[in-house]
Amino acid sequence: MDLSYTAEELAFRDEVRDFLEKNLPQEMSDAVRDGRSLGKAGHDRWHAILNERGWLAPNWPREFGGCEWSAVQRFLFEEECCRAHAPRIVPFGLTMLGPVLQRFGSPDQKDRFLPRILSGEDWWCQGYSEPGAGSDLASLKTKAVRDGDHYVVNGQKTWTTLGQYANWIFCLVRTDSTVKQQEGISFLLIDMNTPGIEVRPIILLDGTHEVNEVWFTDVRVPVENLVGEENKGWTYAKYLLTHERTNIAGVGFSQAGLDAVKRMARVEMSGGRPLIENPHFAARLARVEIDLMAMATTNLRIISRAAAGQAPGVESSMLKVKGTIIRQEINDLARRAAGIYAMPFASEEVEGGNEPPVGPDGSGPVSAQYFNNRKLSIFGGSNEVQRNIIAKVKLGGGA
Amino acid sequence: MNFDLTEERQMLQDTLRRFLSDRYTTDVRNRIIDSDTGFSTELWAQLAELGIVGALFSEAQGGFGGAGFDITTVFEELGRAGVVEPFLDTAILGGGLVASLGNADQQVLVERVIAGDLHLALAHSEPTARYDLNRVMVSATVSGDAVRLKGRKSVVVNAEAAEFLIVSARESGAVDDCDGISLFLVPRETAGVIVRGYPLLAGGRAAEVEFEDVVVPESARLGTAGTAYTALAERAAAASVALAAETLGAMETATELTRGYLQTRQQFGRPIGSFQALQHRMADLWIEMEQARSATINAAGHLADQPHMRDLHVAAARNLIGRAGRLVAEDTIQLHGGIAMTREYELAHIAKRIVMADHRFGDTDYQLEQFIALSA
Repeated sequence: MDLSYTAEELAFRDEVRDFLEKNLPQEMSDAVRDGRSLGKAGHDRWHAILNERGWLAPNWPREFGGCEWSAVQRFLFEEECCRAHAPRIVPFGLTMLGPVLQRFGSPDQKDRFLPRILSGEDWWCQGYSEPGAGSDLASLKTKAVRDGDHYVVNGQKTWTTLGQYANWIFCLVRTDSTVKQQEGISFLLIDMNTPGIEVRPIILLDGTHEVNEVWFTDVRVPVENLVGEENKGWTYAKYLLTHERTNIAGVGFSQAGLDAVKRMARVEMSGGRPLIENPHFAARLARVEIDLMAMATTNLRIISRAAAGQAPGVESSMLKVKGTIIRQEINDLARRAAGIYAMPFASEEVEGGNEPPVGPDGSGPVSAQYFNNRKLSIFGGSNEVQRNIIAKVKLGGGA
Repeated sequence: MNFDLTEERQMLQDTLRRFLSDRYTTDVRNRIIDSDTGFSTELWAQLAELGIVGALFSEAQGGFGGAGFDITTVFEELGRAGVVEPFLDTAILGGGLVASLGNADQQVLVERVIAGDLHLALAHSEPTARYDLNRVMVSATVSGDAVRLKGRKSVVVNAEAAEFLIVSARESGAVDDCDGISLFLVPRETAGVIVRGYPLLAGGRAAEVEFEDVVVPESARLGTAGTAYTALAERAAAASVALAAETLGAMETATELTRGYLQTRQQFGRPIGSFQALQHRMADLWIEMEQARSATINAAGHLADQPHMRDLHVAAARNLIGRAGRLVAEDTIQLHGGIAMTREYELAHIAKRIVMADHRFGDTDYQLEQFIALSA
């Protein structure tokens, strides 16, 4: 065993750090640190900066314009990005759809879509969830009926993250309802500008608009937009989901969140002394930091065990459960650190107004983030579903 | 022992519950929250007419209640319906302080509070005070028969609606002395009072209030100079009892909504309430709810005790409710899944009320420290 990084890995980390220092715009990292929304323009700008450096697609093979980084390199990159408060890369095209097209897409689909993901020309969103399905993804009802060289799609998707910015959506649709649920699903690529598509915003409890409902009424999709074979979509969906879960430990996010809590606790006063010296608060902070230190290593152990390109199985469920518990605990500590300043609704933070926040630095978005991040243990297969997977695998009976 | 409500309190509970379930619907409340004032003057007047404000004052003060169990009866219902109107600020804190400290001239304000035509706000918290009740830096300097106020107050709930701010200020002593703190009735429109308002995450509005050399007559002082701490601590305890009961009521709504959801929502071909993992979590919530109710009863029943015993029970109740409340808010969202994350769904507002109540007059951790100190 050797817990230290190799010289090459350290050199890589320095290269990333240096790049971020020189290329991450200050106003962008300020916005990320303060929990302000970047808007589409902000995301597009960071996407373009990374694309120019060739660092947009850490997990893609070189032949498609990816970095083909090792698991450790990817981890280091993510950690440095979080440390520098770089915007999160919108994952739908790069992390989710990209690998599916590379593995199962037709040559035409690869040629047509992959370069446009990198260039930012296409903004993809995910059409998986449906009302009433939730973590029981295979129960989806949106229907696609073959009509000549088109599919006609009818139904409704929900929780479509940043769908308001997207011009393409990848969808799971039911193409055969006479067979077992998982066997009648197909994977379709749909142009959001096709007539019959309507996007309706869902406003979350913290006042943000990040998810949507997408309605399909007689939407005609050319058959060449079917990925792989008809009725085999579940296989591709599962492949995509394992990719979605590879980064779900969120160690970098937790580390950045913990740093923010400490910053706030150094200036917030409690009983006439900095809050960070309060034994009870310090103990809670220490406990989550200890969990996070172990989590970072668990994460590295799992990603180095996984063969290149192969997402781990039950371990990713473990990372999801523990990672989200840690992130949510850090959100809770941030809220407590802000004290009475946790109460204001920082509408200027979420809606882009120009009134300065009323509390100490960093306190503005803490409560909104606390509530918003309740989603972490719900989406991508709820933590209850993850625990079922872990228990089934470990107790026997298959996943 | 008798844990039943008296006939009067039972009537109060029934009246308030019926009124709120008829009139305070989710749509109505969401419109109130989005409004510029942050509360409904119309509903406030109706609730005052029903006697809800009066129930928070004793007969000697012109009301018909005012004891711990009157407070819990009212606030449990307010919490159950997710009411954002400023009962805590105008009645328990503002009205309560005037009632306990005010002279005959000042007592007139209590009548107006009970009648529903006056709003008040307690301007006490300061940027570096966190939850410490004794830490007051705003200064009051007497010259002749005038008093000059200087400094800043934070998160003053209901400041914009209040005709008078009740401002705590230091006349003598070190920054954290209990002695030396006075309260002043300051008309919000007084020159030099700068109010910067904003909405609160869980509904209602608050403000940062700056006192730039504000001059008020000495007759604005409530009670005698430098002795306000005792009354402040007594009202903070009453506010804590109110917050505990409000949170308990909100927890009841949260678990009821979740029970209904688990029974109807289908996944994997059956109601999700049939999954044992979810059943066990609900069972834990119900256990904690009973504990929360007992803790609230303890605090309410000891509200009139000597300060030490009173504060011990208040700290215990707020710590327990803080823990149970967080569990209920987080778990009921989790058990619902995404729908509970949406602003339109009732639970979103209720969960925010539960969690944010913890940030008034000392959060779960602060109350734990209070308890340790008081029980040592």
